[in-house]
Amino acid sequence: MKIGRRSFLSFVIGGAAGTAISPLPWKLTDDSSIWSQNWPWTPVPPDGEYSQVNSICTLCPGGCGITVRKVDNRAVKIEGMKGHPVNDGGICVMGLSGLQLLYGPTRVKTPLKRVGKRGEGKWEKISWNEAISEVTEKLAEIRAQGEPHTVGSIVNSDRGTVPNLFRRFLTAYGSPNYMTMPSMQDSYNMTMQLMQGVTAQVGFDAENADYILSFGSGIIDGWGSPVRMFKANSAWKVDGKKVVQIEPRLSNTAAKSDEWIPIKPGTEAALALGIANVVIMESLYDKENIDSQFGFDAFKELVLNGYSVEKVSNITGIKSATIVSLAKNFAQASNPLAICGKGQGSTPGSLNEFVAVHALNALVGNINKNGGVWALSDTDYIKWPEFDLDSIAENGMQKERIDGAGSEYPHAKSLLNRLPEVINSGDGFLEAIFVADANPLYSMPDSKAIKEAFDSIPFIVSFSSYMDETASNADLILPNHVYLERYEDVPTPVGLQKNIIGLAKPVVKPQFNTKNVGDSLILIAKALGGSVANAFPWDSYDACLEETLGSKWDLLEENRFWSDSNSKVVTGEFNFYPDAMKSLTNFSPVSIEGSTISFPLVLIPYDSIRLANGYIGNPPFVIKTVEDTVLKGKTACVEINPKSAKEFGLTEGRSAILHTPRGKAKVKIHLYEGIMPGLVALARGLGHTAYDKYLTDKGCNLNELIGMTEDPVSGLDAAWGIRARLTKV
Amino acid sequence: MKEEGKHKKAKKYGMVINLDECTGCGACMVACMAENNVPFREDESNKLDSIAWMRVYKLTNGKSYPDADICYLPRPCMHCEGDHGHSPCVSVCPATATDYSHETGIVSQIYTRCFGCRYCMGACPYHARYFNWWDPVWPEGTTKYLNPNVSPRMRGVVEKCSFCFHRYQLAMDKAYFEGRAELEEDEYQTSCTQACPAGAITFGDLNNPEHKVYQLAKPDNKHGGRPGNPNVFRLLERLGTNPKVYYISSREWVRRAGDNYLDNEDFAKNYRR
Ligand code: SF4
Ligand code: SF4
Ligand code: SF4
Repeated sequence: MKIGRRSFLSFVIGGAAGTAISPLPWKLTDDSSIWSQNWPWTPVPPDGEYSQVNSICTLCPGGCGITVRKVDNRAVKIEGMKGHPVNDGGICVMGLSGLQLLYGPTRVKTPLKRVGKRGEGKWEKISWNEAISEVTEKLAEIRAQGEPHTVGSIVNSDRGTVPNLFRRFLTAYGSPNYMTMPSMQDSYNMTMQLMQGVTAQVGFDAENADYILSFGSGIIDGWGSPVRMFKANSAWKVDGKKVVQIEPRLSNTAAKSDEWIPIKPGTEAALALGIANVVIMESLYDKENIDSQFGFDAFKELVLNGYSVEKVSNITGIKSATIVSLAKNFAQASNPLAICGKGQGSTPGSLNEFVAVHALNALVGNINKNGGVWALSDTDYIKWPEFDLDSIAENGMQKERIDGAGSEYPHAKSLLNRLPEVINSGDGFLEAIFVADANPLYSMPDSKAIKEAFDSIPFIVSFSSYMDETASNADLILPNHVYLERYEDVPTPVGLQKNIIGLAKPVVKPQFNTKNVGDSLILIAKALGGSVANAFPWDSYDACLEETLGSKWDLLEENRFWSDSNSKVVTGEFNFYPDAMKSLTNFSPVSIEGSTISFPLVLIPYDSIRLANGYIGNPPFVIKTVEDTVLKGKTACVEINPKSAKEFGLTEGRSAILHTPRGKAKVKIHLYEGIMPGLVALARGLGHTAYDKYLTDKGCNLNELIGMTEDPVSGLDAAWGIRARLTKV
Repeated sequence: MKEEGKHKKAKKYGMVINLDECTGCGACMVACMAENNVPFREDESNKLDSIAWMRVYKLTNGKSYPDADICYLPRPCMHCEGDHGHSPCVSVCPATATDYSHETGIVSQIYTRCFGCRYCMGACPYHARYFNWWDPVWPEGTTKYLNPNVSPRMRGVVEKCSFCFHRYQLAMDKAYFEGRAELEEDEYQTSCTQACPAGAITFGDLNNPEHKVYQLAKPDNKHGGRPGNPNVFRLLERLGTNPKVYYISSREWVRRAGDNYLDNEDFAKNYRR
């Protein structure tokens, strides 16, 4: 019998029914022909032994468990880890693309020393010994001059062993200038401090809430621990729980919510107090317990005098009836929960807003309650031996911080947003800066100002694994291993209501000549000698980590996470009316930069889960998912309501220049019925100037167009937008 | 020969995607790219030639502010069965590079057989098929992450979602070695289903009343698998392609968007008998 291709196929398929169990049909039908006729120029991925390694994803503060599939020593796929308390098998676009970061073109493969001008991209490869001694010599010199406080560091957060090693290093060296990248956590921490008198991480018992009032938080746009929030959102849908989204733009979160309430941006605090007004007026709260609470009388006076429904309606642009029904539904739900922190919470926002929203939670009695907001004491697992400061360090540590945290702004711990102004105005000076797990030159608002500040710092050391904006502008790069190549502890993810420590572990051997940043720091400390070296008694970072985690280590090695069964909420006396609220007596919206005459529109940022905007930029797969109404070719699209577009003669797809008081950029117009007239929205996460050709030069960086508004109480950045103008080209 | 093998029933693998839960996050798209060695290029903003076996579309309700609404719709290959067993693409392929398997209900794509005429792309009403206009280029080092279970494609061939057929093969191999003829529901799950952080995608055998997909879609398998659940719809139902991908939505405008209905048309009648 002559068997042609067609009959070959049907023969095999037809045969399957009769031959019962045989691996033949499914082995033969498709893949035999594929493998036998391979095209020589397409790669044939070698097969080998399969294995799986569990670890933790550290690409965002989400702390998801991951399972990496390996073939021999190659990692071929990252999946969400089943049974992990944060994400139970789910994963996000970034987490899935991690291997493109590991093996991809954007890595710094060996220590580099700048040879051309800063940012020119001319580097000399140096050895690790040279790299460590370059840093040590410089630091020793600064110390010898008695100026140790002029060395600063910027890391992503202040939790976990790596940030704490930086803090310890600076302390032993003699500098108080340990800075972290700002986020909504700063505002939440401060709110906890001011209203509850506690030092605590904020936890949201989202899974048990049944009415979620979100003041612009991108629940499914990457807020908090992203995958955990996705899961909570799906569970709410299944159980018929209500989500109300308050923001001027129909975000994904707004579209999926049960009710989208557009609000004039910057007036969220007024709405929270307006809702409180209704709750109090109609006695929809537990009077017996609340009336006697500290500061409640003053709070009551504030909302009754200043925040009548009509007034709030005027301020926010929301109908009175809507405010009343919001208040009733919120107060009458069994487990209402109000949350804030706009978008992904990557900017701290106005403290007024945080205290007003937190007061709303307290009013309905959900602090530290089922389905409410919890003040969680962080698992205190980093207990390192005390160390002595020498006189140089002691002098240095007595100096005030350059950013005014703890002095000018007594409640703040770090105010990186103030650094540019202090340096650029000549009020402060840094001789050297260390940057690790952070990319301030890209992700801080007002990029030009921060760039200018960095330009005047004589010595910039980056510990980045990738050629990001900050690394490209550094003098020296001491590249860290990528997260899949190193051990690291992952403290409780943002917003979780129970304490979990994760342990990221090496999935593959280091691919290049890189070093764990912890080891680099230990080596530098040891090379500096004296009391600095004494503060670092460990042989290696891994040894330090193992010692730190102590008895938890074995369990962490096995499970990759450790749940703190002693997770504790901390209780303090609640204060309904902290000083921070006084400025709300006469409400004025958080002001933004620019005059209404030259800038008739308002630019607001928006966050998308498909666009990373923090330390790590989008890998190729993720940039591929970005819609052509967000990025077209090399141009970013801005959203504008068709009504406003008409006023300025703008039509869909048309090129335009977006001007703000801080800068300008070429954009394309995208008409969107989901945005409040008068606003223009631009996605965060575009406009990289560094990384690889898959990411660089695509669209414009929102941070270059936006400025900073110093919050009068916290000192953090409260800006939510900037005035803008669109002109045709 | 094992006894249980004799009555091996034909499978009809299919998917139900809950659009109320789908957040438009794109994880399904990337999970698919990472699993199936999908290439990428410097500029992927021309969506007509940007290869995405799974593509998440954004639907809008056409209303003005503030009544505007959006909904995301993830679109893999529909693995159509066609009214008379003819999927649109399978019937036009001169090379038999694509075929309908009555054993699994999966529409296959054999790259080495495809000679790039792209008839199938013209025939597919769902734009689920993509042409390789260029040879894929993996930047130095990145071939290390390629999945050995899926062969990379080359310039000049068409590719599309395979319901992660290699996962079926691997699961069947395993079952075979363990002396089983049937797979458990969770033994064969696609990469997109597994990744979705919202749990919006369900995958399984539409012939099997025990499987979640069956319970969600309630397919009328005597009539091309038409959904029995009133909130469930398929794309372009009236074409008679009988897709094996079902969508759930509680919003009527979304269900209407699944086909080119007239404004005042009673679209539900297409689902009645
Ligand atoms: S949400 Fe964050 S931690 Fe989780 S997979 Fe995505 S990037 Fe990683
Ligand atoms: S992964 Fe799930 S939630 Fe995300 S776009 Fe795909 S189907 Fe929707
Ligand atoms: S089923 Fe597999 S091939 Fe199809 S879209 Fe999902 S991941 Fe891709």
